[in-house]
Amino acid sequence: MSAALKLEGLTKSFGKTAVIMGVDLEIAKGERHAIIGPNGAGKSTLFNLITGRFPQSSGAVYLHGRNLLGLAPYQINRLGLSRSFQITNIFLRMSVFENVRCALLWSKGYKYSFWHMVGRARDLSEGAEAILEDINLIERRDAPAGMLSYAEQRALEIGITIAGGADVIMLDEPTAGMSHSETEYIVGLIRKVSENKTLVMVEHDMGVVFGLADRISVLVYGEIIATGTPEEVRANPKVQEAYLGTALEAEH
Amino acid sequence: MNSSNSEKASLPQRNEFWKLVFPWVLTALFLLFLPVIFASNSALTIMNQMAITIIFALAYNMLLGQGGMLSFGHAVYMGVGGFMCVHVMNYVEINSAPLSLPFLPIFGGLFGLGLATLVGTFSTRSAGTVFAMISLGVGELIAACSLIIVAFFGGEEGVSADRTYMRPFFEIEFFTQIEVYYLTSVWLLISALLMYLFSRTPIGRMANAVRDNPERAEFLGYSARWVRYYSFCASGFFCGIAGALFAINFEILTEENLNLATSGSILLVTFLGGVGVFFGPIIGAVLFTLLQTVLGLYTELWQLYLGALFLATVMFFPQGFAGVLVSHAPAARNGRLGSLFIPYVKMAAPSAVCLWSVAGLAELLFHARHAALGEEEMVYFGINMLSTSVIPWTVFGGLAVISFGICRTVAPSVLEAWDKAITPKGMAQ
Repeated sequence: MSAALKLEGLTKSFGKTAVIMGVDLEIAKGERHAIIGPNGAGKSTLFNLITGRFPQSSGAVYLHGRNLLGLAPYQINRLGLSRSFQITNIFLRMSVFENVRCALLWSKGYKYSFWHMVGRARDLSEGAEAILEDINLIERRDAPAGMLSYAEQRALEIGITIAGGADVIMLDEPTAGMSHSETEYIVGLIRKVSENKTLVMVEHDMGVVFGLADRISVLVYGEIIATGTPEEVRANPKVQEAYLGTALEAEH
Repeated sequence: MNSSNSEKASLPQRNEFWKLVFPWVLTALFLLFLPVIFASNSALTIMNQMAITIIFALAYNMLLGQGGMLSFGHAVYMGVGGFMCVHVMNYVEINSAPLSLPFLPIFGGLFGLGLATLVGTFSTRSAGTVFAMISLGVGELIAACSLIIVAFFGGEEGVSADRTYMRPFFEIEFFTQIEVYYLTSVWLLISALLMYLFSRTPIGRMANAVRDNPERAEFLGYSARWVRYYSFCASGFFCGIAGALFAINFEILTEENLNLATSGSILLVTFLGGVGVFFGPIIGAVLFTLLQTVLGLYTELWQLYLGALFLATVMFFPQGFAGVLVSHAPAARNGRLGSLFIPYVKMAAPSAVCLWSVAGLAELLFHARHAALGEEEMVYFGINMLSTSVIPWTVFGGLAVISFGICRTVAPSVLEAWDKAITPKGMAQ
């Protein structure tokens, strides 16, 4: 199996502060991969490096074998990588439907067209409806995105992320700040939408991580100290020492 | 079975189509018959000016309302388009080139587009303050050039041309104001329709997305910068059309068409009308032109009133006139629009008296300070009064205070009626 996403010696420093100190990681096609670690370990920074939000200091990111060095976020997205954000990042003044439709435009080949009418494009409206159906927001179709509840906004965030049909999906703390029942809803949603796709996610909720992930990487102070299946990571003494100890004991 | 199904499916689409086309047909008829009511030459001039301002304001709102870009120097795109058209007219006159007047706006549009494609390459790199500052700088730069490059801009006198020397268009030579009115109206309709359709295209939708959240748009495969650039160019094109129509109507362009005052006033017009709704700038342009021309006939203080209106809009109705209209939609849906009529009248009557008396005070003050020495008599709404006498001052002051007091007592009941009207039936309390 070839790697969908491959990181090689990736580092990032802000001034003299090194945040990511040489990360090597391979994520196979179709894998559900979770990145965990204590606060301030650099998980979100790692996400931002992979998706081109920040430039890396050294090292390389490969998406399906292609080096992403120097590409802007929109170019990386066009290569089939899509991400969500830790802090909800949607188009607040547009309707839920419009949000999803905008997320479909590029992948449906409309590009910067000023000769198509979006209202008359069947593929757009049907595609957007299907995604609203998937994320359970069909009843909120015409509400402004800013008026949705927090959990609905998170669901919309995921909907926008998957709409473009990217085969590598990166979710940054999809269940952050959610109640138990809302978390269950989002986990079910993630499981559904990530079928046959490569999923990379940062998550704090261990229940979610161990329930969803095929493999887990543990990031501590900008370095990956362990990668493996949930069982392997659970059993790894380094991990227990650094981070998981208390959480795992509580679970047993 | 199958055919009846497809018929059912196409029926709502046909309805949709008519819903889209109907307002435009209505507008066209309205424009066609407007001169029947307002036939005088001065009325036609005002209407032409209105049409030009509408196109300009709609084009400006492609940036401000739809793209989230605040431009402080947008007059240059209209101005340069107009200047070029004057030169084109003169060229046609000298060389008797085969060009009719109705096609001139295409040239204006292309010149506006050309300038925008150049300036846009560096100004649309980001929105917000950077864009605003660059637009201000470029605006100042080109306005200053107009006094330096005399060959093109004609210095302080500007450049002029004669529209009647163009090739006749089906025997029409555009000597009369009514012919120019129909030419302007056709272009108004074309431009407004194209701008409306632009907002429905993928790039128009993404302009909204970039306005709301440029970063998210980037992660959906769109370069925020290119999206802004295309909106900017499209806006430049329609500004150029407005400039060409200005050149056709007035046959002269001067530095005034490029300067910051003109750029500022289009921001005012657009904001007054409402940036959030497509037709908002149309209301703003109509209102502004009326205030400028009609109110300007009656009082020298029209700019003061316009400024006050603008301030009030920004402070109390940031969504503009169109926003206020649109905010009545929930009440209309609830079928409670009628219940607002009486509260509104209750509020409007004292407000009108209040405004009337405050304006009276302003006029008295202006007259007392600026009238020729020894001239004490002034006329306000047909009433003769002495600006030096105490009586009008006391009456206006008293009326203002009393009516303001009434407004304040009535306000809570109006708000209550409003809350009731926008609450869906069955969800009371």
